[in-house]
Amino acid sequence: MKTIEDLKRLRQQVQSQTRVRQECSKQIIVGMGTCGIAVGARDVMSAILDEISKRKLEDITVRQTGCMGMCEKEVLVDIVLPGEPRITYGRVTAADIPKIIAQHVINGQPVKEMVVGKFTE
Amino acid sequence: MEHYRAHVLICAGTGCISSGSKKVEAALRAQLAQKGLDKEIKIVETGCHGFCEMGPLVIIYPEGVFYVRVQETDVIDIVEEHLYKGRIVKRLLFKEEGALEGIPSYKDIDFYKKQKRIVLANCGHLDPEEINEYIATGGYEALGKALTTMKPDEVIDEVKKSGLRGRGGGGFPSGVKWGFTRKTPGAKKYVICNADEGDPGAFMDRSVLEGDPHRVLEGMAICGYAIGADEGYLYVRAEYPLAIKRLRIAIKQAEDLGLIGDNIFDTGFNFHLKIKEGAGAFVCGEETALMASIEGQRGVPRSRPPFPATSGLWGKPTNINNVETFANVPQIITQGADWYASIGTEHSTGTKVFALTGRINHTGLAEVPMGITMREIIYDIGGGIQGGKKFKAVQIGGPSGGCLPEELLDMSVDYDSLIKVGAMMGSGGLVVMDETTCMVDISKFFLSFTQAESCGKCTPCREGTKRMLEILTRITEGQGKEGDIELLEILAKNIKQTALCGLGQTAPNPVLSTLRYFRDEYVAHIREKRCPAGACTGLTQYKITEVCKGCGLCVKVCPVVAICGEKKAVHSIDQDKCIKCGACMAKCPFKAITKG
Repeated sequence: MKTIEDLKRLRQQVQSQTRVRQECSKQIIVGMGTCGIAVGARDVMSAILDEISKRKLEDITVRQTGCMGMCEKEVLVDIVLPGEPRITYGRVTAADIPKIIAQHVINGQPVKEMVVGKFTE
Repeated sequence: MEHYRAHVLICAGTGCISSGSKKVEAALRAQLAQKGLDKEIKIVETGCHGFCEMGPLVIIYPEGVFYVRVQETDVIDIVEEHLYKGRIVKRLLFKEEGALEGIPSYKDIDFYKKQKRIVLANCGHLDPEEINEYIATGGYEALGKALTTMKPDEVIDEVKKSGLRGRGGGGFPSGVKWGFTRKTPGAKKYVICNADEGDPGAFMDRSVLEGDPHRVLEGMAICGYAIGADEGYLYVRAEYPLAIKRLRIAIKQAEDLGLIGDNIFDTGFNFHLKIKEGAGAFVCGEETALMASIEGQRGVPRSRPPFPATSGLWGKPTNINNVETFANVPQIITQGADWYASIGTEHSTGTKVFALTGRINHTGLAEVPMGITMREIIYDIGGGIQGGKKFKAVQIGGPSGGCLPEELLDMSVDYDSLIKVGAMMGSGGLVVMDETTCMVDISKFFLSFTQAESCGKCTPCREGTKRMLEILTRITEGQGKEGDIELLEILAKNIKQTALCGLGQTAPNPVLSTLRYFRDEYVAHIREKRCPAGACTGLTQYKITEVCKGCGLCVKVCPVVAICGEKKAVHSIDQDKCIKCGACMAKCPFKAITKG
């Protein structure tokens, strides 16, 4: 550590280590009720975490939730972006994750053909 | 880089470890591995949260859910319900007395709502053995700011302006003390952190050292820069092995990053740190005895002047401050003296960490702004008296302090107000007492502590406290005589004025304070041979009243066969055999046995 700039740079780098403990503006929510798990929600979850780690994405909270009700369409994955309604994707597989993350989470364009629902207040 | 979707923060302060948090952690690791969740969920050991009564404590992020009294057997629910399915385990949430619903977030619990955590900001929220987590919160930027943008005198002015006063108990303005040391000419100077924390029941410093050690190191380094010292010692009592371990790790990690050592931030400022372990003497918390101990001599005080600022460790100018004092410094530099001075009262700025102990519902650690009332600390934060009993007094300042009775509960808690009423802030240990506490017994307890710890160098302390203790002991055993109270007061006054160091000078305080507010208890002990609180076993008698139904249960539990009586007839206790254990009274289903 030579200068105070070095310290600030290190701070930026390491903040991601504790990001989980702060409020993030983006959320990915994976349905992990029994129905979801039976169809493969655990693999989808792993794929999401891999993708985030590969792309070094910041400011995202990944949460799990119980059965959302649309069991027929599991695995369900919800994406919440700041200021946008909560979008639900259905019949998600691990292979779909890179596209959903790239197109929706990063570029803000929902992958329309996979969307099964949208929460409206 | 792995991305963890959840962090499970387990409190690994000494308190929670002794309640079993390590077992909880082991069970958690095993279960996460078994379910294949260990790559997604990170387990973090943190320092003390402060809510010690409710430990072991676990916080799970991102939700920020706060679980209390977590046992090994609860782990399976936490993993399967919360971490797997996202369902909060409601039965592990904290519930206020009488409430039906638990409170998920610690921020909504009264214990935390009334606190203002500056010193304890990171405790319980980061891994103290991981310097990166401290840096992520902005750690060491205060040191950087001081070294690169401020002159030493400017740093001292800032600390002066903040109004920070010594948190070890003396309450001397820290900036002024730093100024004295700076002014003393000399190339070699020292910074010492007093982490001896000898007051029985106090654990504020321990928790800061175990939970956020870097904050203290940073404060010391800033002090070193301000006064012109290149070396610092942390004098930590040996009874704090976990604090010592975490400090060693912290120093090593800071050295590896160049934040402690030579040429910090390329400014030419050198600062090295060493740890010196204490060896169990309360008197070594006194600054001159402490320095003698570091020098390898017997821990015995010497007279002052000269003060450490002029001639301290190895005769060099030295600045000694308490752990909590140093822990306040980084934020003062980062956020400014005006911000700090806006908290608390005009002459007692900032916050104070208190250790809440005794007959209180929420024992633990709380940091509050100066000027808060004792009532708010005890009832709003502390949750009131255990068992719904009546408040009697609160001892503040440990063996050097005094007690505050009920009529003073609404006074402002600050340095000067406390001195006015015959108490003192001390290091921040609060012992709450209820109607079953005998105030004579309490003063005897504190005095026996200081008597045992007296180093023996000066006559007033060595002989005086011994005689005071003899008198108090006689009183509690029913051997008090007329004139004892007056003799205690004369002795106390003399010892206070003539003892060599703070130990002796303040040893009589608990006695004087209890005499001031609870004189009638002393009188009852001496004249009536009676202990109003029923605590002094020498003056207490257990008696069976007419309510007795002769069921014989008490006879069975008496360890010394002191009770006799016919079946279905009123029984009686042989006072000569009775050892006053109270087992009979606890067993009696008819409340037929009285104590007093």
